[in-house]
Amino acid sequence: MNVAFFVTCLADHYFAEAAADAVRLLRHLGCEVTFPANQTCCGQPAHNAGRGREAVRMAHHTLGVFRNADAVVLPSGSCAAMVRKTYPGIAGERIAEADALAAKVFELGEFIVRRLGVTRLGSGLTGRRVAIHQGCHALRELRLEAEPDTLLGGAGAEVVPWEAREECCGFGGLFSVKMPEVSTAMADRKLDTLPDVDWVVSGDGGCLLQLEGRSRARGQEVEFLHLATALWRGVADGPRDGSGWQRPEGHRHAG
Amino acid sequence: MRIRSNEYRKRSREIIRGDPAVREAVTGATLAFDRNRKQAYEEVDADAWRRWAEGVKNHVLTHLDDYLAEAEAKLEANGARVHWAADAQEAREIVTTLAEKASVKSIVKGKSMLTEEIGLNSALESVGIRVCETDLGEYILQLLDEPPSHILGPAIHKSLGEVRRLFADRLGTSSEDSPNALAHAARRELRDAFVDADMGISGANFVVAETGTVVLIENEGNIRLATSLPRVHVALAGIEKLLPRMSDVAGFLQLTARAGTGQPTGCFVSLIQGPAAQPGDDGPEEVHVVFVDNGRTAVLEHEHAWEALRCVRCGACLNVCPVYRQTGGHAYGWVYSGPIGSVLDPGLLGLREAMPLPFASTLCGACTDACPVRIPIPELLLRWRQEAQEQGLAPKAEGLALAALAGVASRPALYRLAGSVASRLGATGAGRALPVLREWSGDRAAPQPSRPTFRRLWRDGIE
Repeated sequence: MNVAFFVTCLADHYFAEAAADAVRLLRHLGCEVTFPANQTCCGQPAHNAGRGREAVRMAHHTLGVFRNADAVVLPSGSCAAMVRKTYPGIAGERIAEADALAAKVFELGEFIVRRLGVTRLGSGLTGRRVAIHQGCHALRELRLEAEPDTLLGGAGAEVVPWEAREECCGFGGLFSVKMPEVSTAMADRKLDTLPDVDWVVSGDGGCLLQLEGRSRARGQEVEFLHLATALWRGVADGPRDGSGWQRPEGHRHAG
Repeated sequence: MRIRSNEYRKRSREIIRGDPAVREAVTGATLAFDRNRKQAYEEVDADAWRRWAEGVKNHVLTHLDDYLAEAEAKLEANGARVHWAADAQEAREIVTTLAEKASVKSIVKGKSMLTEEIGLNSALESVGIRVCETDLGEYILQLLDEPPSHILGPAIHKSLGEVRRLFADRLGTSSEDSPNALAHAARRELRDAFVDADMGISGANFVVAETGTVVLIENEGNIRLATSLPRVHVALAGIEKLLPRMSDVAGFLQLTARAGTGQPTGCFVSLIQGPAAQPGDDGPEEVHVVFVDNGRTAVLEHEHAWEALRCVRCGACLNVCPVYRQTGGHAYGWVYSGPIGSVLDPGLLGLREAMPLPFASTLCGACTDACPVRIPIPELLLRWRQEAQEQGLAPKAEGLALAALAGVASRPALYRLAGSVASRLGATGAGRALPVLREWSGDRAAPQPSRPTFRRLWRDGIE
């Protein structure tokens, strides 16, 4: 399958290696990955700030960039939700294009489980204790509840229950700088309840920046990983397990 | 009530840093409420109930003039008197005049957010009438002269220890008394107030147009007593509180209770249809219903915000809100706080007065999933943000930065250049001095930009 990769601004600049891991995963699963070079920002920062006109400009640009793609995959539930859930409402006369893009856009884990039908990706996470923080837009707009559990668990990780798992981390884009005290207190609630784990895994970079930034300031020792990196470690670190997915020759451990 | 919404940032900081007990008390109580709500939703087909309730409320709001006229006619036919208040001042004058006409010296009140909204207590006290709040939470706050912090649990921000100290000081209880003992002490005080009162004041959860019935839900029994024992009962109701038929009440009673506290219904439900039929019967001699607009018609006319008028004041959105939990309601600066406050207050007060409440949210969407009448709160927040930008109420620099982002983002070559500059800046001292990063890094380690960026990795080839 041909997949156009939409890296998103945040992953491009703060999670480049995780985005590369997403590409590795997709290729590993047999996808032909392209990276349309004209892609920019999905427009969510402007939309969430109430700058409707600017958001529409960015949405229109993005509609053009991915017009001919078969499927578009993003390493972010939040940006994927923007494209799928918000574009059709703001695209104006380009609604048909927006609907078409909405129908073929996927968050990474969602694409693997729901579109490709793959639930088992290597077994290299055996013995790893992980806590999952699902971004709010992945959870409540895309309704991706079990996908990360399926994939991480499928790769052998022990997904540890987390009381505050479904609570917002307090990032919220500009919210994190407009209301820094509340934002930080929200991260504290997440971190105060964090069980004893090796990794905290999220499909959204924004949440990871927030949680990791706060946890480092608190001196809490835990590793924060993007879902793409965690899953790629599962593939790359695992033995060949006969599940049908073989590690391609020449791959080095990522991350 | 004085409006202090503009101070949200300052007050939220003060509460979080200066009074950590508030965050602890509010978080603990709201988590418990929310757990109960989830469980109570799971016991029924909550989604179907919520869609039904949304439909009923939408119907009422789109036929409000008819139902208000019907409610007035039925209430009057039942022997109640109906009054209309366009704004807070008119509402205060109506109730004050009623009290003076009936030579009222002492009033007992059931919990009513509307009376907080219109500042009723101080108006009554200014003409020499004694007003006593009889809801336990409101009673505590009246002793402390504080506004409510939560729609349902007004004293939610108070710990047991604080209440113990307060009651020991004011009611002479022991500093080790159990919550039950404290409630008994309050009840002893309140008993005299009930017996002495000439007037009882309540809000209204619903008013049934078909039958002219005021519906009240509660758990303490104080509303039942306040509306039946004194000579005069005055119920204040927002004009949006109507239900078309008595047969709608059963559904709304259950849904509101499940959403608010996780109960199947309130411990006490009062259906009030008018005064005592004849002398000697139980019930007040006079029943008055004051319908209050106070900005609601304007909200109803608003293209988007009208949906907030479906609100049944259950507090579910506050209980589930991770933003509200950090501060409680006082940070929001007005009577309606949390997610519903952030979409309702701009409509009722005007957007300028309510800034920056529409921005006091991460748009996490938990509120919408909990709301029994499916108010699309994140969408409404976005609409208010858009209006704030259009009216120039949002910070200028932020608008300019986002306009610049849009300009750059529609020109891919420029976007790539800007991105590469920004990622270099971010790692340097100059980058950290940027306002955005400065706010970020106060209590959080600054994010480390990727070097190289993904674009660069892609260009060089990803293995």
